[in-house]
Amino acid sequence: MSSTVTELDRVVIRFAGDSGDGMQLTGDRFTQEAAVFGNDLSTLPNFPAEIRAPQGTIPGVSSFQLHFANYDILTPGDRPDVLVAMNPAALKANLTDLRRGATIIVDTHDFTARNLAKVGYDVNPLEDDTLAEFAVHALDLTGMTVEAVKEFGLSRKDAARSKNMFALGLVSWLYGRDVDGSEAHLAAKFATKPAIRDANIAALRAGWSFGETTETFAVSYVVKPAPVRAGRYRNITGNTALSYGLVAAGRLSGLPVLMGAYPITPASDILHELSKHKSFGVTTFQAEDEIAAIGAAVGASFAGALGVTATSGPGVALKSEAMGLAVMTELPLVVIDVQRGGPSTGLPTKTEQSDLLQAMYGRNGEAPMPVIAAQSPSDCFDAALEAARIAVTHRTPVMLLSDGYLANGSEPWAIPDVATLPRIDPDFATGPNHDRGDGERDFWPYLRDEDTLARPWAIPGTPGLEHRIGGLEKGEGHGNISYDPANHDRMVRIRAEKVRRIADSLPPLEVDDPSGEAGVLVIGWGSTYGPIGAACRRVRAAGHAIAQVHLRHVNPLPHDLGEILRRYDRVVCPEMNLGQLSRLLRAEYLIDVRPITTVRGLPFGAEALAADLLAHVTTTAEATA
Amino acid sequence: MTAIDLPAPTLTAKDFSSDQEVRWCPGCGDYAVLKAVQSFLPDLGLRRENIVFVSGIGCSSRFPYYLDTYGMHSIHGRAPSIATGIATAREDLSVWVVTGDGDALSIGGNHLIHALRRNVNMTILLFNNRIYGLTKGQYSPTSETGKVTKSTPLGSIDHPFNPVSLALGAEATFVARTIDSDRKHLTAVLAAAAAHRGTSFVEIYQNCPIFNDGAFEALKGPAAADHLLRLEPGLEVTAAGRTWAHDPGEIDPSRQFALSRLDADPDSPVPVGIFRQVQRPTYDDQARAQVAEAIATRGRGELQDLLDSGDTWTVPSDGV
Repeated sequence: MSSTVTELDRVVIRFAGDSGDGMQLTGDRFTQEAAVFGNDLSTLPNFPAEIRAPQGTIPGVSSFQLHFANYDILTPGDRPDVLVAMNPAALKANLTDLRRGATIIVDTHDFTARNLAKVGYDVNPLEDDTLAEFAVHALDLTGMTVEAVKEFGLSRKDAARSKNMFALGLVSWLYGRDVDGSEAHLAAKFATKPAIRDANIAALRAGWSFGETTETFAVSYVVKPAPVRAGRYRNITGNTALSYGLVAAGRLSGLPVLMGAYPITPASDILHELSKHKSFGVTTFQAEDEIAAIGAAVGASFAGALGVTATSGPGVALKSEAMGLAVMTELPLVVIDVQRGGPSTGLPTKTEQSDLLQAMYGRNGEAPMPVIAAQSPSDCFDAALEAARIAVTHRTPVMLLSDGYLANGSEPWAIPDVATLPRIDPDFATGPNHDRGDGERDFWPYLRDEDTLARPWAIPGTPGLEHRIGGLEKGEGHGNISYDPANHDRMVRIRAEKVRRIADSLPPLEVDDPSGEAGVLVIGWGSTYGPIGAACRRVRAAGHAIAQVHLRHVNPLPHDLGEILRRYDRVVCPEMNLGQLSRLLRAEYLIDVRPITTVRGLPFGAEALAADLLAHVTTTAEATA
Repeated sequence: MTAIDLPAPTLTAKDFSSDQEVRWCPGCGDYAVLKAVQSFLPDLGLRRENIVFVSGIGCSSRFPYYLDTYGMHSIHGRAPSIATGIATAREDLSVWVVTGDGDALSIGGNHLIHALRRNVNMTILLFNNRIYGLTKGQYSPTSETGKVTKSTPLGSIDHPFNPVSLALGAEATFVARTIDSDRKHLTAVLAAAAAHRGTSFVEIYQNCPIFNDGAFEALKGPAAADHLLRLEPGLEVTAAGRTWAHDPGEIDPSRQFALSRLDADPDSPVPVGIFRQVQRPTYDDQARAQVAEAIATRGRGELQDLLDSGDTWTVPSDGV
């Protein structure tokens, strides 16, 4: 039967099931449908560290949240409007996150006494008033799936595995999305397994048709495309965008890329992605450990390639000594830290921003490294290019910070025109640079560029420039070992000044202060960009002024930051740690930066953050009235 | 090493000596090895700029500073990983690792065995003096059990590594042992190691006159012949109760390993020379071949095509 169609501005939908139920694929496909339809969107995958936690348990729940809208949105959404729950555990684990009145589509098949007991339900929540404040559609998705695919001769277990595609078909119908793209995707994904392919496609279609014919859903919805700039778009995750940024850096600099890595969550997908792009001159080296991974990258840089290594916090800890070597030898190197919950093994699949101080200071000696941070999934592309630009131009290892949320989250990306991307000049040394005083010229590996203080990059194979570098202190200019106290004092200061001068190449910061009347400035770095922006919109919508500035470069800090911070009565800094940037800013500018912190392994919710910001706005207004 | 067919100018040992003052202790075995290397490098017919020496930390790891080639004195134990990056990035370089028993077998043990199993194109010279020199005299992973040192006043209790056994266990493709004081043997072994494509592993018995003087004295004096077994292909050898003709080219390393265990019995002679020399594709050659193959079959990557890949959509005009 035909149902009423209601138009919505935005929807937050969460798919949740067992880690083997294919919820990530389901969410990813619905995301693609929303993207191709032209909605703006933002996603938040959330899955356990265990590959297959015990079936039907709360720790085994895997979920994928998608926020899509007819306007530009900044976050994956706080409270789902729709929950698709494939079993009791998925229902229980996600129920408290839902907004009041939310729609719940639940697969009743697994609501057996045993499964209910597993997650602590004494009574079936579908049969008492647990779900009274929600619009519940209790359906035997598994049973309908098995029925829909019976012609393909699969075992009952294999047949039931297509239930996620049935759910996808149903939700696609509910939001007026066609499933052609997902059909094509399934056809390609299971090309070599025709029975599985056909079953998945049949389940997908059956789910869609069920929505169309059943009377269960009286209303379906439409969320119109978001108005965006003209151009070509694609949906992209942070890890993919970051990988593309590295491939692009190789192409734009003319350097081969050598990436050393040891698999670690949530950074491994960068290794996987780069390993596909050998035709771009990208070599990936899966090392025996984190140290060998960065060692190979340092070696490759010495040899004239763009050395890259990607890891997460525990891996950065292991790489510290080698980063110091790259600081001392002043070689280009990109170190990527896809941050996760810490300390130690911490929360491998959850997000956090708690490696900032490790990135800044986690090395022996005075070992300054530029630190830059990506602010959204698609921004990881630009951040990777910027990291490579600084590394190559300034001859230094660079720390590029991403996090678990950016790595796996996705958003639409306006694909750049390659012709507009900035070139990176490796500027290899080709001949002697120093007058020996006897009429002859020789090569001094530590004679510096006057402006940037970068040293020459003379790569093996260049005749006449043979030289030795290493971890021992260098004599200024000639670069031979020096234990001279005055020389060491000078070299330590030169290395610090070299990193400081990178700020000369940075564009002015953009402060978002629409009314120009804000008393409170919110400052952030990294993936808090979206939640802070969304929270500021809420504060403004409530009739208050508030300003936002976001840092791409945490080291060196931009020249104009101090003046910007001093312009406001109060500076507030939300971070997914216990106040690491706040501490840096306080130390640098002697300004009383107020931290707002969370370490729950999840991004800030815009609603809660807006309430915190509003409190600051109100107190500041009272104090200055 | 890499065979590079470039016309190389005629060079001498002097051309390979840097302007840096050599700072090892008087009488150190490292001098002899440095001299031998400087003298034999010209014979390789390589251009100076195509040679890279990489080292870790320790007395022997100062080696690169004294050679007028490209070089990196890196961090403790990590030289094989850095050399792996250099060798993988550049086909045209001859890559050498200089390391010691502590650097290679203790802090860097992991990198050593993995370089050996991968067969990365490099020559590893392991200077074994069975002691920690630069940190002033603690026992090393090759020190004999019971060694009395500053850190083991009652004698060390660890069982030592036999570096050659370890390398054979890792299935290195070239494994040899030589002695610092025997210039002729040292040079011959180094030449064979340099000519080998893949990871060449050479253990060099080296005397530390300060902290472990005379460790290899029995192998050097007039009675050396009684204590040494100079390996040659075809030499009849007896180990583990069996006799056979030594064959470094034998793919299965079992008999070569048995040979390396000979001197576990203090009354048996110490084998020196080439234990193993077999051909296996190198890691770096194969890594480059994969890149070349990808370019050959798919064409050189077009960045715009990559960015435009996947499900894309076009917004024809600016939205409002």
